[in-house]
Amino acid sequence: MAQTMVKNSKLVGMNGDEAVAFAAKQANVDAVVAFPITPQTIIVERLSEYIFNGELEAAFIPVESEHSALSACIGAALTGGRVFTATASQGLALMYEILYIASSMRLPIVMALGNRAFSGPINIHCSHDDAYAARDAGWMSFFAENVQEAYDLIFPAFKITENKDVLLPAIVNLDAFILTHSVEGLYVFDDKVIPEFLPQKEPHDAIDFENPKTYGPFALFDYYMEIKRQQEAAMETARPIIKKVLDEYSEFSGRKYSPIKTYMIDDAEAAVMVLGSMAGTMRVFAKKAREAGKKVGVISLTQYRPFPVEELRKVVKGLKAIAVMDRSVSFGSPGAQLYMDVSTALYNMRERPLIYNVVYGLGGRELPIADIEKIFDDVLQVAKDGEVKKEIVWMGLRE
Amino acid sequence: MESLKLIKRINDIPGDDVEYFAPGHRLCAGCGAPQLIRTVLKAIPDPKVVVNATGCVEVATTVYPYTSWRVNWVHNAFENAAATASGIEATFEVLEKKYGKKKPHIIVLGGDGGTFDIGLQSLSGAIERGHDFVYICYDNEAYMNTGIQRSAATPRGAWTTTTPSGRVIPGKPERKKDLIGIAVANGALYAATANPAFPVDLYNKILKADAVKGPAVIHYYSPCPTGWHMDPAKSIEAARLAVRTRVFPLYEYYEGKYRLTFDVKKPVPLEEYIKLQGRFRHLLKPENKWRLDQLKKDIEENWNRIVRLTQI
Repeated sequence: MAQTMVKNSKLVGMNGDEAVAFAAKQANVDAVVAFPITPQTIIVERLSEYIFNGELEAAFIPVESEHSALSACIGAALTGGRVFTATASQGLALMYEILYIASSMRLPIVMALGNRAFSGPINIHCSHDDAYAARDAGWMSFFAENVQEAYDLIFPAFKITENKDVLLPAIVNLDAFILTHSVEGLYVFDDKVIPEFLPQKEPHDAIDFENPKTYGPFALFDYYMEIKRQQEAAMETARPIIKKVLDEYSEFSGRKYSPIKTYMIDDAEAAVMVLGSMAGTMRVFAKKAREAGKKVGVISLTQYRPFPVEELRKVVKGLKAIAVMDRSVSFGSPGAQLYMDVSTALYNMRERPLIYNVVYGLGGRELPIADIEKIFDDVLQVAKDGEVKKEIVWMGLRE
Repeated sequence: MESLKLIKRINDIPGDDVEYFAPGHRLCAGCGAPQLIRTVLKAIPDPKVVVNATGCVEVATTVYPYTSWRVNWVHNAFENAAATASGIEATFEVLEKKYGKKKPHIIVLGGDGGTFDIGLQSLSGAIERGHDFVYICYDNEAYMNTGIQRSAATPRGAWTTTTPSGRVIPGKPERKKDLIGIAVANGALYAATANPAFPVDLYNKILKADAVKGPAVIHYYSPCPTGWHMDPAKSIEAARLAVRTRVFPLYEYYEGKYRLTFDVKKPVPLEEYIKLQGRFRHLLKPENKWRLDQLKKDIEENWNRIVRLTQI
């Protein structure tokens, strides 16, 4: 994506963590609640600096665990304030119980997630295990492909979560180290223009002393199911709102955002589908493959939850094969997580592409150029053969 | 603290005209929690927010779509009431400065399971960070909500469903954890024990806990006829005996000083207390005397330790 110079912004060098922290500061959050974990630490460090130096007026709650981090976020969000947290991997796993409570209480919380592999063995580098672990928890989920996107997505994430018809928490994913720690050039806004896109939060259903409420009651079989249906309805309601807010943000920033991104897909015979920082790399090699006469394209998702089913069905029309790339394993499952999503989303199409799963990059493992080229050749071969010979292929693995 | 209007008589506690806890809840007859809740909500002024850990009180007072609470009430999960309160407290503090919103008094309620055990880390962190709240543990000495399983607050020798009065191991082998010691060590500004048989003392301790600008912890003895296999009519009698036998000393900590708020010069024999409760019945058998002696030793050591603390 071309970075466009827009009014009231300047080009700076920041890593993904710094960019996310800077965006949270500019979003004028009221509470920052976090526990340090590699590779998210810089986010917490920068935000503590902003608060301790008086550049941001917010509660800084340096909790004693991630479980308490998300628990305190719930308390903070109930006050009606704008709430931000950040974590990764084990931290997300420790929050797991509370992820579901935050979404069922319909609390707008934004979390940056530095996508890191789950232990064990302990590893600090990139996998998408944590993002996938949160997929069923009632949180909206967005993936950044580069540092600019990590910065940008924070603003629409707040605007979408705080929409009174949505009121669901949101995760902004950025790949461990590849984005969290890599310095890239990006355009950042002047603080003063942010409220044009993201005004001060209007509290919905916050603690109100004139009208006291019971938050988080006990609900059994006579009400539980309806409450769950309401959460799912909110996800459905969120779809057009996400699209609208991303359009508004595209206009505001001069940088194009949409739930789903495609590259050279229109006349492609085959495509790869990918999340996060690998998308840009795949586009570079798709372009090279095109120069060699290979008709391939790339699909990537900015919006992962709610899963953009209709958008995906539209863009895959005409494709004969898709290699769905997953940076995770779902042990014992029919395939890894994105592959299962894509397979489910496309199954009822009358004419659909063949789909297979490429597992790659676990725990930060490099995907060499030869393997990337092979993925494009393989998916073209599947398109040509009209048959998937192997449904799950591990790339970059020593065997 | 000096300017506080402490009460002298039970009649000084506001009556039914100031009532924030509605009838119709599903707590058991004889349960010690409703008296605590009614007293706390009368003692602590508006605006106020209650944060409640998962447990009997949460389950029995908020069966959707009903609620017994006429104040803002928040339940998150079992082990995180103090962390949840941290978020409310610290954010209101900022909203007050930033937007002029009024910051409420924050009351946290957790059972002994949610406080001594699974919620201890969250409580420790919240006290260390210095949040301004009154944390009250209603201690009924076991996981009553899930069906009377032992907790770190269960006294030695007591029967629970996970410390049965077995032929080899008669009741809980371990002694009770010292919550006040933990609260003070973590930095609580005020800490006290309290008991429903001493309502004036309870009310005044809540006033003091609310008055400090920082974390305060109250350890409340909460009779549980269901879990203790006791006549519900005997709850207050058991609570009074818990103090008079030195099982549950009434004391407080403030500004580095410990003070007994009810001295027990001549303790009532422990047997008077335990014979009211089926959970201790096996301790009266001759073959289990050694366990009863252990419990007596725990009680004596604890009393002597607290008395020594009051002399520092």
